[in-house]
Amino acid sequence: MASLVSHPDEVKVVTRRFGLGATNIDRYLELDGYKAVQKALGMDADAIINEVKNSGLRGRGGAGFSTGMKWSFVPKQSAKPKYVLCNGDESEPGTCKDRLIFEHDPHAVIEGVMIGGLAVGARSGYIYIRGEYRYLSIIMQKAIRDAYAKGFLGKNIFGSGRDFDIYWHGGAGAYEVGEESALMESLEGKRGIPRIRPPFPAVVGLWGGPTVINNAETLASVPHIMLGGAEWYAKIGPPKNGGTRLFCLSGNVAKPGVYELPMGYSLKKMIYEVGGGIPNGRSLKAVVPGGSSTPCLTADEIDINMDFDSVAKAGSMLGSGGVVVLDDQQCIVKFALRTMKFYQHESCGWCIPCREGTDWLKKTLIRFHSGGGVKKDIDNMQYLSENMLGRTFCPLGDAAAMPTIAFVKKFRKEFEDHLDGRPCPYEKAGVAEEMEALSH
Amino acid sequence: MADVTLTVDGKKVTAPAGTLLIEACKTVGIEVPSFCYYPNLSLQGACRMCLVKIEKMPKLQTACTTVISEGMIVTSDSEEIKQARKSMLEMLLGNHPLDCPVCDAGGECELQDMTFSYGAAESKFMEAKNHKDEQQWSPVVFFDRPRCILCYRCVRVCGEGMDVWALGVQNRGVSSIIAPNKEDHLECEECGMCIDICPVGALTSGAYRYKTRPWEMKHVGTICTHCGDGCKTTLGVRRADTGMEIVRGDNRDKSGTNGDFLCIKGRYAFDFANHEERLTQPLIRKEGKLTPATWEEAFQLIGKKFAEVRDRDGGSAIGVIGSTRTTNEESYLLSKFARMVLKTNNVDHHRTADFPAFAAALRGKADATASMADVFTAPAILLIGNDPTEQHPLLAWQIRNNVRLHRSRLYVINSQAIKLRRQATNFMQIPAGAEGKVAAFLAGDDAAADAIINSSSTKDQWNSLRDTLRGEQNLVIAFGSEILGSDLSSLVTFGSAIAGAKFVCLADYANSRGAADMGLYPDLLPGYHPISGSSEFHTEWGEIPQAAGLDLSGMVEAASTNKLKALYVVGSNPIGRLKIDSFAFSNSFVVVQDMFLTETAVVADVALPAANAYEKSGTFTNTCGDLQLVKKAGEVTGTKADFEMIVRIADAMGFDVRKLVPIGGGTHADMGQSRGAQSGEADRHAVWLEAHGLEPKLSPFDPMAILDEIQRLVPGYDVSRMNLLAGNSQHTSLAKAGPGVAHRPESISPANDTLFSSGTLGHYSRALKSVMESHEVKPAEVAAD
Repeated sequence: MASLVSHPDEVKVVTRRFGLGATNIDRYLELDGYKAVQKALGMDADAIINEVKNSGLRGRGGAGFSTGMKWSFVPKQSAKPKYVLCNGDESEPGTCKDRLIFEHDPHAVIEGVMIGGLAVGARSGYIYIRGEYRYLSIIMQKAIRDAYAKGFLGKNIFGSGRDFDIYWHGGAGAYEVGEESALMESLEGKRGIPRIRPPFPAVVGLWGGPTVINNAETLASVPHIMLGGAEWYAKIGPPKNGGTRLFCLSGNVAKPGVYELPMGYSLKKMIYEVGGGIPNGRSLKAVVPGGSSTPCLTADEIDINMDFDSVAKAGSMLGSGGVVVLDDQQCIVKFALRTMKFYQHESCGWCIPCREGTDWLKKTLIRFHSGGGVKKDIDNMQYLSENMLGRTFCPLGDAAAMPTIAFVKKFRKEFEDHLDGRPCPYEKAGVAEEMEALSH
Repeated sequence: MADVTLTVDGKKVTAPAGTLLIEACKTVGIEVPSFCYYPNLSLQGACRMCLVKIEKMPKLQTACTTVISEGMIVTSDSEEIKQARKSMLEMLLGNHPLDCPVCDAGGECELQDMTFSYGAAESKFMEAKNHKDEQQWSPVVFFDRPRCILCYRCVRVCGEGMDVWALGVQNRGVSSIIAPNKEDHLECEECGMCIDICPVGALTSGAYRYKTRPWEMKHVGTICTHCGDGCKTTLGVRRADTGMEIVRGDNRDKSGTNGDFLCIKGRYAFDFANHEERLTQPLIRKEGKLTPATWEEAFQLIGKKFAEVRDRDGGSAIGVIGSTRTTNEESYLLSKFARMVLKTNNVDHHRTADFPAFAAALRGKADATASMADVFTAPAILLIGNDPTEQHPLLAWQIRNNVRLHRSRLYVINSQAIKLRRQATNFMQIPAGAEGKVAAFLAGDDAAADAIINSSSTKDQWNSLRDTLRGEQNLVIAFGSEILGSDLSSLVTFGSAIAGAKFVCLADYANSRGAADMGLYPDLLPGYHPISGSSEFHTEWGEIPQAAGLDLSGMVEAASTNKLKALYVVGSNPIGRLKIDSFAFSNSFVVVQDMFLTETAVVADVALPAANAYEKSGTFTNTCGDLQLVKKAGEVTGTKADFEMIVRIADAMGFDVRKLVPIGGGTHADMGQSRGAQSGEADRHAVWLEAHGLEPKLSPFDPMAILDEIQRLVPGYDVSRMNLLAGNSQHTSLAKAGPGVAHRPESISPANDTLFSSGTLGHYSRALKSVMESHEVKPAEVAAD
């Protein structure tokens, strides 16, 4: 179990039941559990969708699309069954929030899926859990079982005359499956590669039926919106960025952990107050604001508010909430390499630019970091990344290209410091061994 | 569908709604490059080569997955797009081995072409390329992973096109690899479509690899000599000490009715032509032993013997057995030669379908036969009997893809659970041998239902199927040799009540239909005109014997009582294929024209080395009745075409060969045979002669002269000569055919070939024998071999 952290600036919405034993369904019921879904059962579908729209809730998986809007795209009538999917394939490096939700409040996810189902007219939902989160799928299985036992799931839920089923499904260890259409392929038992769009999942999704797919944090927020009201939720954050966000603060901060802060919270404050600042008397070099795929911000760029629009304005993305802090002793080239190693490993290989691009970038970075770089490499890395950007089959290629472009552009000097056979300035000894380990 | 108008590079493009942008661009001559996009296969969007700019879209879009919409404004050629294409190629070439100088695909490689058009000459990468060793997946399929660009065409053509699903993708990212269904080898139909469709040299042919370069071969598009479907196969031919060697078969020329398709036979089973047991000089039996002789000696001997028997015992003492693999011109000439020169009607061939009954049933019915192309477009298909996947691979391909791409409804009635049932809307399994009863039931004989119902079907289901079929329009009804005689006419009666219904009568071997159409029957002249009746042939051919002759079993019978004094076998192996006693013709003078010392040739008194269909020109008629041009790929030294041998024998018998081959009149284009030259050269030669006002000098060995006569006299063959010569298939009609004659069912003997066997010819194909699938269980009733 991950230990919990807290800070006075936190606004506990999604994390409200963390540490209170809410995995137990009776305890969950004491903590207002399953009230939201019962309320939703008394509302018509459009009213639920409007409530979510008005709350300003935006997708917590990274893209930040309005959840209510997404739900409204699902056609009212459909010959094929409709589905609600919970995307719990949390794999973005630096991100570990869904994990806590599954661990501490699995019923909130179930409830969110049910409300989503009522909103779009689906009668079944799937909760897809990242393969590496095996212990969480055990918690989730029990939660689903308990909900069935209470009659909350299955036939005639809460005596409403309506049926709803929820199934869990485990991933097999692919980051790519976090992409919504690849997740559906995986769920259908196929190779986890994304689908061509259009058609979009809202029209043709799982098993060809209209499908809504939301991040676990998004769905876990929904019951709170139903109970607290759209207005209350929207007001927690700045305009168009309703509610709170689970920020996964990691790296060179004194108090790393998952903090639930209002949308639009200052990044600077997050690092220096919530996170307790940079330890060991070092100073800040860079921050990755929203998971490894988001372009890094330099120490001069951190005076921003952490909401979707403000971070976008600063040239990066709020992403999945993974805030990674690097101090002045960290090597950006090595960090770029570590990042690229991940994307090279996780590229599904479907399209040329991602498959080949990530591999060449990784190979180049390995050589470069260990002192074998030439000046041309720096331009080549930028060239390769820029030629991947926007041209790959799915956003994984962008996720690999965007941070690389930022590293090269913002820290060119540091790349140049690796040239002419000089070893990494930050790792005076042992570079070769480390590279050997990294190259696998 | 309504048309949509869009603008591409400033050009107005109008195409039906639903058209893909990449296809719409083609219609106005704008090429959008792609690797993974392939017409009629599922979309991938994987290679990113077809990126174009569409107004109002922030990113470049793939033209292969974009459906056109009204008013769309597209740019397919800009600096941004050029750069995108160039960078894709750079990334691809990064790991590509660039072994073009030794790669089979060198010179006909899409990656080379793309690099030439859009690529960059310099490499940006310094690291080692990823390598994986070459793998052999089957005797005929090799895979070289480093060359693979992962376009997934092979996976799709195998799965979607062939319904075999033998290929998949393993691993992910840069380690992704195309892998066969059985881990390290293929168990499939060995069609080799994956090789043909591979844009690079990743998949190569076991028959061809590292043998030669594409530009060192002559490419001749001709018709496959194996089954009756008439696929066009492009033979790659190079010089060899035997005269010529075919080193490759593929469908690089996609103009045939088979389009992309070829099966193992069309692709690899040309190798019999270079088999070392091939006869390359005439053999005459001397002191009981077949001994090499000269052509002159052989022809003189045959001429003398045939004339002697004819003049002494009458023509009825001579039997003639024709071939299902010679050209129409040769079959026609043989039929004519038998009647006019040998004065015999004892003419037969290995019959594998009841075409006389078919012709009789369709008499007077225009547009009642389906072409092979119709099978791909018909809204509904009824298949009774046969297993096209094994016996008619192209027909199976047409049916399968019609169902997949056009949602055609397929009704399958078969005694076995054949593979095509997977595409069927309705599959009815019947007791073996009950196919004829199905025809009777469909035609309205309710009593026949009892014979076709088994544990898997009820009378209600049959009634409902019959009603459904009656409600179809433009139904194609294809049936195997299980249906013949009166059952066949019942089936036609049933089908004729359906608006637009068309029939396909399935026969084995490349030119079985031609052999039947050209009258290789004891009681029928070309065009199913009975000997006993009156027809133009009686006037044209003059004095011919009037009584019906003996069929094959009649000839065997006559030989046993010493009444058959001579037997002339042209390209057939009755002893090997039809369970005839090897000693049946011991007392007859037997002449055999064949490529090999077959079970029949080995008992001959004279064996003449024959050219095969890849070594001569002429025409073939496929089982549907599609007439197609057979082009000569080259010659093997020491062999002659059957056409020439027949004429030479007539000449040796003192017959005026001008009466047999009407040379010098009509319109002709030399098809190359006369000069022993390659057909293309000969055509040019003929054009040159005409341009200079010189009359082409035609030889009596010119099959074109006989084609003139066939087109003039054989009903249904009056098709466009221009189209035929251009290499298109021309459908022939049976509407004006003669009334035919009823034959005994026993006279028909299906070949029961599988995908991996091909009658006698199959014995001499190492490629067919090499694949493990050819050693698997075969259908129950395999012929003598």
